[in-house]
Amino acid sequence: MHQKLGYNRIIVNTLLFIGGLIIALPFVWMILSSFKTDREVLNIPPTLLPEHFTFQNFIDLFVNMNFGTYLVNTLVIVFFSMFGLLLNTMAGYGFGKFKFRGREPLFILVLLTMMIPGQVTMIPTYLILNELGLTNTMTGIVLPGLISAFNIFLIRQFMSTIPDGLLEAARLDGAGEFYIFFRLILPLSKPILAIQIILTFIGAWNSFLWPLIVANDESLYTLSIGLALLQDQNVTNYGLQMAGATFMVVPILIIFIIFQKYIIEGFNVSGIKE
Amino acid sequence: MDKFKQNIAPYLFIAPAIIVLLLFAILPILIAFGISFTDMNLLGLADWANINFIGFDNFARLFQDKAFIQAIGNTFYYVIIGVPLAVLASFLVALALSYVSNWLSSVFRVVFYMPSITNIVAIAVVWGFLYNKEYGLFNYMLSLINVDAISWLDNPAIAKLSLIMLAVWKSTGVSMLIFLAALQSIPKSYYEAADIDGANGWQKLINITLPSMSFATFFVIVTTLIGWLQFFEEPFVMTEGGPLGSTTSMALFIYQEGFQYSEFGYGAAASFVLFIIIILVTVLQFKLRKSEDKS
Repeated sequence: MHQKLGYNRIIVNTLLFIGGLIIALPFVWMILSSFKTDREVLNIPPTLLPEHFTFQNFIDLFVNMNFGTYLVNTLVIVFFSMFGLLLNTMAGYGFGKFKFRGREPLFILVLLTMMIPGQVTMIPTYLILNELGLTNTMTGIVLPGLISAFNIFLIRQFMSTIPDGLLEAARLDGAGEFYIFFRLILPLSKPILAIQIILTFIGAWNSFLWPLIVANDESLYTLSIGLALLQDQNVTNYGLQMAGATFMVVPILIIFIIFQKYIIEGFNVSGIKE
Repeated sequence: MDKFKQNIAPYLFIAPAIIVLLLFAILPILIAFGISFTDMNLLGLADWANINFIGFDNFARLFQDKAFIQAIGNTFYYVIIGVPLAVLASFLVALALSYVSNWLSSVFRVVFYMPSITNIVAIAVVWGFLYNKEYGLFNYMLSLINVDAISWLDNPAIAKLSLIMLAVWKSTGVSMLIFLAALQSIPKSYYEAADIDGANGWQKLINITLPSMSFATFFVIVTTLIGWLQFFEEPFVMTEGGPLGSTTSMALFIYQEGFQYSEFGYGAAASFVLFIIIILVTVLQFKLRKSEDKS
């Protein structure tokens, strides 16, 4: 019996290692290839480790391509998405900690927006931005995605765990509502905000489709659009393509690995209970 | 005065979010509904006087449009093959993770979750390289076992499967975490009781694990199905719907009508067909689950 359990464990471990290898393979191949020269990357049979280790591909991204501009634009989008997160947090707090007329219908409205598929709103949202004169502007890129109904919902759930007495006490001391929010509520919300900040960062860093639809000028392109452009323009220069992909992916992977504990635990907090 | 301040405070907190949602979520769905009965296109965008009400013409045209019929067919193909694969893969990974030591489990959780947070364009670039017929790693590995090179993305039948493989690779992580949370919430005492009764591993899986996870499984199936009905990014970045429209999904069809051909009314009509299919499939699933609960 004991021995059989041992065999099972070995089998499960082996399968996991094979599965993990399959999952990790594209990442490993991307990183290794990004340091190869453009000739070596097309070698048959392929080399595993770069023979002539080179940073040239990464230098080319910034010298021959406008990756500097794309990086700045992406960081601008990240910045505004954090502002959006603040608005989400305010709304979650409003719905979670106040009783007011219209609260229920408004909250249902928020939840309803989660069910609308992106494809339905995509065309009309573009038409609205066009009517507002916001196409081909940074505002037009960030505004439609600023608010996330799902985030409001999660934050509201968290807010309802903060005791009302705390707010009452602060009000009795004469604190204003916004003072209470910024000085009391935000610090108390660190656990949920930590997860949200990371996920919002990842989402904004990766944003692709909406910037692609709204931006016409290259000066507004994000990293992902720049990478798509690079792929179109350098079809067989796989070394350069892999360097571009590595530059996009590795920062996110590092952030994820550092904070993975919070993200994965966050799933358990908000997770599915019978 | 203070009372007044406190009364308007909640509205001030929710106002920015509500305004943005009204403008970019609620209003669009009304507009989408409106323009799906019109011939709105680039001319209409320039001058509203060029927009004509055409009733159900768009919808009638859609169901005679070979490209749209093909997109519906492709979408169902993706759903029928992709959903079971994606759900099964994430379930098996979660199950395997629950058997191994904590340390290994947390390492592999990170590995399996990585593709979900990776940028889709970067994925397209890397997989495009892996799938490349001459220089790609996949065909090289096949050549080692004497299998002929496969045109992963150029053959209509294979291209769909290549995209499904890529999508399963990308999506396993999220569902895995949900399954894992459900697995961990099953009380250990159930298994101990089964051990005393002499149940083997297989019996425990069928009689304890699976029934205890029925809600998580239902949740994962519903969200996965909705996600695959909206299958978009993979064909968009990998094949642009080709070769010969063989990988175009409904969502990609809508995008192309709207933003490549600027047929806004026609695209909006197609988006409503997709929306109705999503609603029908979801309602059906809830109905099925209800009848399951009763029996």
